[in-house]
Formats: sequence, structure tokens, C-alpha cells
Amino acid sequence: MALETIDAAAKRGALAVQEYAALSGRALGNLFRRPFYRDDIFLQADIIGVGSLPIVILTGFFLGGVLALQSSSTLMQFGATAFTGELVAYSMIKEIGPVVTALMVSGRNASGMASELGSMIVTEQIDAMRALGTDPLKKLVMPRIVATVIMLFFLVILSDAVGILGGGFVSVFMLGQDGSQYFHTAWQSLQGPDIVQGLVKPLFFGFIIASIGCFYGMKTRGGTQGVGRSTTQAVVVSSILIIVCDFMISRFMIGIFGR
Amino acid sequence: MAANGASPPPAPAASQPIVAFEDVSIGFERKSVLENISFRVRPGEMRILLGPAGVGKSVLLKLVNGLLRPDSGRIFVFGKEISTMREQDLFELRGSIGTVFQEGALFDSLTVRDNVGYRLLEERLPDDEITARVTEALRFVELEQTLDKFPSELSGGMRRRVAIARAIVTNPKLILYDSPTAGLDPITSTTIIELVMKQRDVSQTSALVVTHRLQDAFILATHHFNRTRNQMDPLPPHQTDPNTSFLMLHQGHLVFDGTTAELIHSDDPFIREYIS
Repeated sequence: MALETIDAAAKRGALAVQEYAALSGRALGNLFRRPFYRDDIFLQADIIGVGSLPIVILTGFFLGGVLALQSSSTLMQFGATAFTGELVAYSMIKEIGPVVTALMVSGRNASGMASELGSMIVTEQIDAMRALGTDPLKKLVMPRIVATVIMLFFLVILSDAVGILGGGFVSVFMLGQDGSQYFHTAWQSLQGPDIVQGLVKPLFFGFIIASIGCFYGMKTRGGTQGVGRSTTQAVVVSSILIIVCDFMISRFMIGIFGR
Repeated sequence: MAANGASPPPAPAASQPIVAFEDVSIGFERKSVLENISFRVRPGEMRILLGPAGVGKSVLLKLVNGLLRPDSGRIFVFGKEISTMREQDLFELRGSIGTVFQEGALFDSLTVRDNVGYRLLEERLPDDEITARVTEALRFVELEQTLDKFPSELSGGMRRRVAIARAIVTNPKLILYDSPTAGLDPITSTTIIELVMKQRDVSQTSALVVTHRLQDAFILATHHFNRTRNQMDPLPPHQTDPNTSFLMLHQGHLVFDGTTAELIHSDDPFIREYIS
């Protein structure tokens, strides 16, 4: 009995992975097929990118600030408060900027995508779209993936910048450190591999957010309850995958660049 | 002769069927829903699919436009086998099929104009042409004043009429109606049935109509649309529309395929009980 349950769960898991891979593959394949839904990409870029600006700026600023606050007390024990800028910049650009921004965007947009597409599924709008001769993967999924990948990339850059600024604000106005020293050490500590690592991550995270959000939306079953379930699953799974993917990219990059 | 001097259109000539099912079966989660279904829809013909709720009528419609694929058997639409067709090719084929979904399935974030003209927008036709064709389709369902409204601003009956306008705007060769009157009051139902009949008698479009409302089915079989009076009229007593015939599903099987008269005089106990 227990074996049967494990067997069924394993099959369901394998099927879900297979369906996810098929959906992602077909959606990306549609990038090169006509018609190209440029207007839909711009619309999604506005919703996902511009719409996420306030939360990204706010979280970025306060994360940078809290990093400066926490690290300076530790660094003070070694008389190394001059390195606050370096620590904030290094942490923000390599880890906290990409991961926290992705988690914020995931909470806002993966859930939005899952609920929007899920509602369209339960009201037969997706079937209607297919019946009208339009591929929903091309019209709905592909623009969301492209827009999220592009916009998350820029949101992470913005978050990094605002985070370093937030750290600087706390260092100068609350900890009484020298502003030019903070920004100088922040700038000097960064090397090419750090920036590459910080910029590669959002590309993967953006893909995870949009593809998982759309996947759970498109496989919604069971009316409004099903929509709620899909929304929750989309946020939970995309958040977990972002963190797992972050570990794997970090390991890979450290393997290549040695830092 | 039909009432008011308008004779019903002649019976369709035997030619290549618009839809042909050959031993089609489908099931979900190891439960069989439809088994060995075979029937045909000829050009200009309206086939009314009857059966109790949950018997698989909507599933059958989704098989016709390729939204579902059969587990076994073959389905031909416009002479092409769609059961093995690539999804990409199916999108093109569906351009010739109009579908009216059970609840209308209008896109709630688009206006009535963009809903009805969705396919024309996808074809990137000029805006003026789209507006003209959408207005014409909406005039057919007598809703041309709703062009800029959103579906949420319309009543259930109006939404169903907009769905019909969306299905006919490209002049399809085949229209699939999935319970077009489900959940509507009797007066609105009659309006919808009149529109279905109008499309049958004015445009002679082939159609497959799913319903579990016998009253709607028999109105379609015993009335015709009078273009002069712009309303439906009953056919003379004991006369039925020759282009309209019936299919009936029961427990996953097709238990009836024939004319109105054959349905009424059937000896099958289930059919007698169903139509009584």
C-alpha cells in the first residue's frame, strides 16, 4: 500500500516535470514563430517591471541599510568598519540583490500569472482562445517569460544600486562613517566575476518565476479553489527553485572564476 | 409548403461530410467517457446532440475542433484527419470552425468589439474593416450597441449572443454550439435558439448543437427562420426541418442517430423515457 502511494507520487512528480519542460520548451520555441506578440511583451514588461518598481526599490534600500547596520557592529570588533561598503556591495550584487528581488517579483508576479491564467482556464477562456486559432503558449506564456527575464535583469541592477545607496545612507547618517570611503571601498572591492554572477542569476530567476507561474496557471483544475491552490503553489515552488538555482549558479560560478 | 409561404431548404445532397467520427473512444483517468462513437455531419446539416448531463456531450464537441484528442478511432473535419494532426496545424483548421462555449467563454479583459473581432485582430486586419465586420456580426445578434462594453456589463443572455457573434464573424463552415441555452430563462433561451436557427437557415452553415433541453431541440426541428418577418415560424404540422437530425448519447455510447421522426417513434426504452 505504501509502495503504491510512493509509486503514484513519483509518477505524478515525473509527469509534472515532463509537462513543465514541454510547456517551457514550446513557449520558448514560439519566440521564433510568427505571429510575434511584441505588444503583449511590452504590456507584460510594464505590468511586471514597472509595476514591481516600488517593492524592489523599498526592499533594496532597506536591505542595504540593514546589511550596513548589522555588518558594521561585527566589523567594529576588528576595527574594520572601513570595509562596510565592500561588504554591502559584495553581498548585494552577488547574492541579496538578485535573490531578494527575485523572491519579491515572484511573490507579486508568479502568483499574478497563476491566478490570471488559472481563472482563464476555469472559465474556458483558454479553450476559447485555442478554438479561435490562437496558441495560448504563444500569446500568453511566451510574452510573460520574455518580459520577466528582461525586466528582472534591470530590476536587480536597480535593487543593487539602491541597496548600496541604502547601506551608504545608514553608514553615513547613522553610523557616522565617511561617505567617500564607503563608496570607494564598495566600488574597489567589486571585480568582473562578481558582477557577471550578479547579472547571470536574474536571467535564470526570471525564467523560473514566469514559467512556474504560467505552468501552475495552465494546469489549474477545480474552479476558484483550484485557482487559489495554483497561486500558492506557484509562489512556493518558484521561491524554492530560485534558492536552489542560486546555490547551483553560485557553485558553478565559483568553480569557474574562483570567487 | 412551409408556413407563411417560405419553404424549408432542400435536404442536403450526399457529399463529403464536414465532420466524420469513426469508432472514436476517449476516457479520463482510466474511466471511459465515449466509446466507439461514429457519425457524420454533412454540409448544411444541423445535428442536435442530446443526452443526460455528464454523458460526454461537451467532450465530443471538444474532439471535433481538436481541443481533445481521442484515445482511439479517427476524426475527419473538412476531409482532413485531425486525430493525428499537429497542434500547429489544428490552429489553422480551427479558423474555419466557430465555437460557442457553454458559458460564452468571452475574454473578460477585452471589450465586446475585441472579443467578437478577436480572430480578425489576430489576422491583423485594418481597424476599420474589423469594426465593420464586428458591427455586422453584432447586428445579426441585435447587439450592435454593445461594441464598447465589457462582458461583465452584459446579462447572461447578451453574453451568449456575443459568443454567437464571435463564432460567426469569420463566416465559418462549421459551428459548434455547446449548450447555448444552459442556465438561461425561457424567453432568452428562445432568443438564442432563434439565432441558431437564423444561422442555419440564412447562412446554411453546418452545425453540431449540444443540448439537454428537449424543448430547444424540437423548436429547431419544427421551426424555420422567416427572413421576411425576421423571426422563426413553425413548420406545418407533421413537417420537420430536413436539415436537422438527432444524435443521442447514453452511458458513453451513441444510442441514436437519425431524423426527428425516427427519434419520436423510437422503441428504445431509454429514448422513450428521455423524450417523454
